[in-house]
Amino acid sequence: MTTAPLPELPGMPTARPAGHPFDPPEELAGVRPLARIPLADRTPGWLVTGFAAARAVTSDPRFSTRSELQRLVLPRFGMPDRMPPAPPGMFLQADPPEHTRYRRLLTGRFTVRRMRLLTERVERTVADHLDAMERAGGPADLVTAYAQPVPALVICEILGVPAEDHARFNGAARTFNDPAATAEETDRAWQELYAYLRDLVAAKRSAPTDDILSELTDSDLTEEELVNVATLLLAAGLDTTANMIALGTFALLLHPDQLAVMRDEPAAVDKGVEELMRYLSIPHTGQRAALEDVELEGHTIKEGDTVAVSLAAANRDPERFPDPDRLDLRRDAPGHLSFGHGVHQCLGQQLARVEMRAAFPALLRRLPDLRLAVPPEEVPLRSEADIYGVEALPVTWGPEGGGR
Amino acid sequence: MRIGADRDRCIGAGMCVLTAADLFDQDEEEGLVRVLDGAPAADRERDALRAARLCPSGALAVTDGA
Ligand code: HEM
Ligand code: SF4
Repeated sequence: MTTAPLPELPGMPTARPAGHPFDPPEELAGVRPLARIPLADRTPGWLVTGFAAARAVTSDPRFSTRSELQRLVLPRFGMPDRMPPAPPGMFLQADPPEHTRYRRLLTGRFTVRRMRLLTERVERTVADHLDAMERAGGPADLVTAYAQPVPALVICEILGVPAEDHARFNGAARTFNDPAATAEETDRAWQELYAYLRDLVAAKRSAPTDDILSELTDSDLTEEELVNVATLLLAAGLDTTANMIALGTFALLLHPDQLAVMRDEPAAVDKGVEELMRYLSIPHTGQRAALEDVELEGHTIKEGDTVAVSLAAANRDPERFPDPDRLDLRRDAPGHLSFGHGVHQCLGQQLARVEMRAAFPALLRRLPDLRLAVPPEEVPLRSEADIYGVEALPVTWGPEGGGR
Repeated sequence: MRIGADRDRCIGAGMCVLTAADLFDQDEEEGLVRVLDGAPAADRERDALRAARLCPSGALAVTDGA
């Protein structure tokens, strides 16, 4: 083993550089590709910041996502240092072969082709919300008027959740992702969601409709597994896409030349969405636990060690993405890590792509003079949340004076 | 160039279809990879290699030979 000492950070950095809300914490670039950090309980952990190393860890079966093996990277109020095993059906925290069994039940429902068939319906949902925004007039909070309701409606529809219940999910999803929420609040949100989904699954069993939950009642999943799979799909699909749409719009508004590309060049939309995903890396940090000793970048990660993987830093690795801190929608560099990598790579990514490919250009074409209604430094950021984004995005449009 | 796919490893992420829809598909039932063209013309090599590199589960192999 090389004995070259690794750099060490005093803790996992979370603060974004002042005036650069889209850049990862500055400390990360200085410790590529691998560093040591103390974990939340002050025991030593590892921090991966290089692109190649991040791919290596996330695609290596010797690293596990099981929650009972992880130590918290960042302190979370009221959360124990060691977590219990995830309940059956929460397959993001399961390793193969358990993981494979659940994932296989769902992959057929989330294929590229199936998701593209939803394009028209997504576009209609997008247009409905733009109609409502135009009717109400500016200013508006883009998060509540657009970024949140569009993905919520879409995921609820394909899962089979009735429209009148959507508000409950938005509230619950926000609570899970809110670092300021107390353990009790998070617990209560989970229990509410769980109770609701249990009733819904029972309803689908007795009267199946044309949706994923109904189809899953036909599988060999137990009641508990089914409810947990449904919970995972909702929790994973709501807040992520919403934050991408809102933070992505914020980024475009501060890069008018790139905004023009997204608005005026239909051929650039697909690549532009990938570039926004790379540049923003809203799921900024992943983590894994080593199931055995593993060599990484010339160092030995010991069995049981927790490894934090900075997807945000890896997505800005200059060895993989030239001029990485530049937002360039025409960049032809697929393979960012914002949907993860390895067997847990996002199940819903094709759905998220359909939504973002519809949401960004439609918004910018309908409201070509869309602009911030507050100075950029007053936009509240979710620096502490597991999924980065904005709390609110005050925007306006139309003739001057319609704004602030 | 030959393209091979290991459906036991595939996790149905769809990166291959997204990268080269003329070479790869996902079956309707399980959403797992199906190779549409296992011996494509040389001008498809770049995209075939790209798909193999992007595949998150290492299910694709692109090898030399006819
Ligand atoms: C832009 C939006 C989204 C982003 C950035 C995103 C990001 C991610 C990431 C990074 C992972 C891997 C986590 C890890 O390896 O630890 C993941 C997994 C997952 N995502 Fe997404 N996601 C998005 C949208 C969605 C949507 C719309 C769904 C809807 C079904 C979804 C469902 C899932 C599920 C079920 C998993 C777990 C997969 C597994 O463990 O096999 N995601 N997502
Ligand atoms: S990219 Fe890999 S995992 Fe995804 S569908 Fe294709 S072969 Fe399967």
